[in-house]
Amino acid sequence: MSPDKSRKRGGQRMDRPPAHSRFKAYFVHHLRSLVASLGLLYRHPLSNLMTILVIGIALALPTGLYLALDNARSISSNWDGAAQISLFTKLTVSNKQAQQLADKIRLYPEIDQVSMLTREQSRQEFRDLAGYGDALDALEKNPLPAVLIITPSAAHAHPDAAQRLIEKLRKLPQADIVQLDLEWVKRLFAIMDIAQRSILVVASLLAIAVLLVVGNTIRLDIQNRRDEIIITKQIGGTDAFIRRPFLYNGLWYGLFGGLIALLLVGISVAWLRGSVESLSLLYQSGYTLRSLDLRSIGVLLLLSTTLGLAGSWLSVGRHLKQMEPQ
Amino acid sequence: MIQFHNVFKRYPGGHEALADVSLRLGIGQMAFLTGHSGAGKSTLLKLVSLIERPTRGQVLLDGVNIGNLRRRRIPYMRRKVGVIFQDHRLLYDRTVFDNVALPLIIAGYRHQEIGKRVRASLDKVGLLNKERVYPITLSGGEQQRIGIARAVVNKPPLLLADEPTGNLDPELSREIMGLFESFNQVGVSVLIATHDLERIADMPYGVFNLKDSRLLSNTVPALEENDHVA
Repeated sequence: MSPDKSRKRGGQRMDRPPAHSRFKAYFVHHLRSLVASLGLLYRHPLSNLMTILVIGIALALPTGLYLALDNARSISSNWDGAAQISLFTKLTVSNKQAQQLADKIRLYPEIDQVSMLTREQSRQEFRDLAGYGDALDALEKNPLPAVLIITPSAAHAHPDAAQRLIEKLRKLPQADIVQLDLEWVKRLFAIMDIAQRSILVVASLLAIAVLLVVGNTIRLDIQNRRDEIIITKQIGGTDAFIRRPFLYNGLWYGLFGGLIALLLVGISVAWLRGSVESLSLLYQSGYTLRSLDLRSIGVLLLLSTTLGLAGSWLSVGRHLKQMEPQ
Repeated sequence: MIQFHNVFKRYPGGHEALADVSLRLGIGQMAFLTGHSGAGKSTLLKLVSLIERPTRGQVLLDGVNIGNLRRRRIPYMRRKVGVIFQDHRLLYDRTVFDNVALPLIIAGYRHQEIGKRVRASLDKVGLLNKERVYPITLSGGEQQRIGIARAVVNKPPLLLADEPTGNLDPELSREIMGLFESFNQVGVSVLIATHDLERIADMPYGVFNLKDSRLLSNTVPALEENDHVA
């Protein structure tokens, strides 16, 4: 049946809005359901607040742990002095040659700074620290070499990079022994790696919990609006049209849950900050507790919103199919 | 508008609701569908409103075979059929205006256009002054008319009504029937299921009479028209 034929016959035409108007109406409808679902949250504040709080707490836990790890990292980066490399020259290398070597190494891109102990300074230090003064005096020649104390730049303080740097330094003809107290740094990084993985596990489990909480809330919502869904289907509402308000609902749950999580973490940081500062003062460190930076906040809100949307998507996909007009 | 070719409908469990039914309602025709309860009236309406599909045979709606219509296309096909239910099926948490506007919102009309059309539709059923009230505050007859306003607001070429006068007194029934006639006069095809044989006896429209899942009699005049498969 072509439109003009039907008009001739029946005088009645099933009209449809023109394409550009439908296109515009589509966006207006999106915007309206976005706002309408927000209004729906507002009209049932108590039950929705519970859902949002549950999501917020579930997200606050991994966020807090992440923040703790982040702080531990920034503390340990203050300790990159631990990654100093000691280069002992061969005994045949004079102080002057050692100085030239130091100047050369200083130009490496991996190096932050190089300081040098002359052979005499080495002996002095050894005498002072190790208490072998008499034994050293008994020796005719100074048995200690010049030592270069090399601090890698921050980018090369990581164990793997530092190891590569050491290999490079070992190839220098003047070098006898090159060493780093690597074990300590390695252990620290290993512990942090474990911590990071644990946080990832906890975060994944809690993300699933958020999915389920949102999914279940949306499921109840769908059941409460069963009549509306069936009537809308009967008068020609597409699945996408019916799905939309529920998806937006999930999106709001996620977003507000994320904001609650931020709030909880913020309160905790504010509460801990005083005690951390007095502790760091005892260590003569000016360390202050770091809060979430803008990027982390953005990631958290994006993640929570995505989780809310995904949770409602799962629920809507399953439950709307079961509701058909009878 | 509607064509049934040897249609059978058997529900899961074996109950045969329609058996070998063939009928045709032309574009712009109005007809009644009668039969005692259980004769297959509801099943026939469900087939036409795309709620059920035939087990065997062909159901053509506006030239489209609904038997093999893809699921995704069903909503768009349903928009061509305005359905009026005995129990109204209104949304009681929304105003009369919002109820009537729903088909237009679904179809993607612009805001101003929706307002215009909803008011025109409410005006036609005589409830223009009720647009801001909630349906629950209205009488059964008024609710029925809102159901009608919603069914016709997007000007579908076919109206289906299931016992539209079932719960109404004779005065109101006559009014509702008058409304259907006025829609038919502007070219809408109308099919009304009813058991109110007295009322339709003196009306000049054909009747499909179902009995025990079969079409017992058919007094709907066959129109000469090309209402075949598109």
